[in-house]
Amino acid sequence: MENKVVQVRDLAAAYRKNTVLHDVTFEVEKGTLTGIVGPNGAGKSTLLNTILDLHPRLSGDVKFFGKPFKNVKKKIGYVPQRGSVDWDFPTTAIDVVTMGLYGQIGRLRRPRRHHREKAYEALRKMGMEFYADRQISQLSGGQRQRVFLARALVQDADLYIMDEPLAGVDAQTEQAIMAILKELKKRGKTVMVVHHDLQTVEEYFDSVLLLNRKVMHYGKTKEVFNRENIAQTYGGNMRWFGKEHRDEFTVHE
Amino acid sequence: MSSLFMSSNLQWVLVSTLVLGIAAGLIGCLSYWKKQSLMSDALAHAALPGVVLAFLLIGEKRLMVLIFGAAVSALIGALFIQTIRSSTRITEDTAMGIILSVFYGLGIMLLTIANRTAGGNQSGLENFIFGQAASMVRSDMFTMLGLSTVVIFLIYLFFKEWKLYLFDPSFAQGSGLSIKGMNALYMLLLVTVIVIGIQAVGVILIAALLIIPPVSARYWTKTLHWMLLLSAGFGGIAGAGGTLISSMGSSWPTGPFIVLAAASIFVFSLLFGKEKGILIKYVQFKYFQKQMGYKPHLPSKGVN
Repeated sequence: MENKVVQVRDLAAAYRKNTVLHDVTFEVEKGTLTGIVGPNGAGKSTLLNTILDLHPRLSGDVKFFGKPFKNVKKKIGYVPQRGSVDWDFPTTAIDVVTMGLYGQIGRLRRPRRHHREKAYEALRKMGMEFYADRQISQLSGGQRQRVFLARALVQDADLYIMDEPLAGVDAQTEQAIMAILKELKKRGKTVMVVHHDLQTVEEYFDSVLLLNRKVMHYGKTKEVFNRENIAQTYGGNMRWFGKEHRDEFTVHE
Repeated sequence: MSSLFMSSNLQWVLVSTLVLGIAAGLIGCLSYWKKQSLMSDALAHAALPGVVLAFLLIGEKRLMVLIFGAAVSALIGALFIQTIRSSTRITEDTAMGIILSVFYGLGIMLLTIANRTAGGNQSGLENFIFGQAASMVRSDMFTMLGLSTVVIFLIYLFFKEWKLYLFDPSFAQGSGLSIKGMNALYMLLLVTVIVIGIQAVGVILIAALLIIPPVSARYWTKTLHWMLLLSAGFGGIAGAGGTLISSMGSSWPTGPFIVLAAASIFVFSLLFGKEKGILIKYVQFKYFQKQMGYKPHLPSKGVN
């Protein structure tokens, strides 16, 4: 029981009249690095938004650390999609990272020096220390993503949930982010990541959740990330090179 | 002119519109980043039927009651906009357009009725359309000052929370901030500023006092707290300045002068603002061109 960080049972969610997710049931164990993978419109982001109470739930039950979300908010670090905010907002990188500490700072109090130092430390970890006072509007896509990661890091959460942190970032950022995710895992944290690139799934994640409106397959990457399961999840045309680049599969339907 | 400054009534009017302008500049800044600038216009128009209905019900012009009527009516308007947006395929701007004009039309119709009733035509209710700061009595000003100060204080107090709420509401939710609570507080402050402002500025033009100061402030700063401070300053200057000018003529409406004062600040900011103002952009462009060693191609003679 203590080992189960996330428990989702019979979850369903909809946008307007269309059911996007149904019968979603899975459990995530402590210390795992899980990739959530599926075609466009499979409901990957909706799944995250729904378990985090950002999107209304039609039915089902979600528990984190055995408790409802609202009781354990502080143990969960969420990294939204980069495109979900307006980067023209008048603020600096260090300021955005400091926002991750607002929960600890408490209501009505202002950030102190040691909070800013902590934020700076997180930026340094992401290789962004020279950009601390830069306007966020002047950062590149990859740099913005690293700022978001740094903001989640300062929260010092036990579970990290990230929506497409690797989408459209440069190779250097991708490596920096993966290094951090692996370090988090080593420290016993649990990480769930919506991911779009089938190529890197085997290399990056120890568990994988193949999603297409429901959980198609879920388990250890070695066991479930194979040709038949991927083809079943994606249904239509898709192409995927196996780890060794020797086996190439193309599925047409 | 000197006699103008002597009048203690005018001094009070100026202080009231100054503080109102500050509150409007602050809440307008929040609306700007919530991308809901036009919402304030819809709410202001939606307040009119409430003002007139409140007058018809109690039969006299008591500001607190009229403000209450205005607030209820504006909130009903907001609720309609919200409902139309979420339960039909009509988009928010269309919903605002519908509510704005229908409520305003209803307000004017009720005003016509009110003007036919005994005492109605002397009530000065028309002042709520274009604004007449001079029509305020001392108790009206105290109401306005008191409520404006509360709004200013609440925006100052929750500065950090506003920032997170405006920049990234879904992350704010996760870090323990109640988005529903923030939405409600925001709406409450916005409606408060609008309804206390309509007597001085009028339902048609009050939105300008919420929209123009923040966009002007945007041309001068890169940080949210400076944007708030500047927007508050611009709002205050526009409020008091416009009132002062309008007080020079007999029964000139206040609203239009406040809006024109705000617009002058905007034009000045647009041209000379240090953040992407037109002039600085041009100078920077020319400077970089020179750095690159670029020489403009002049058409040589005799060739077309």
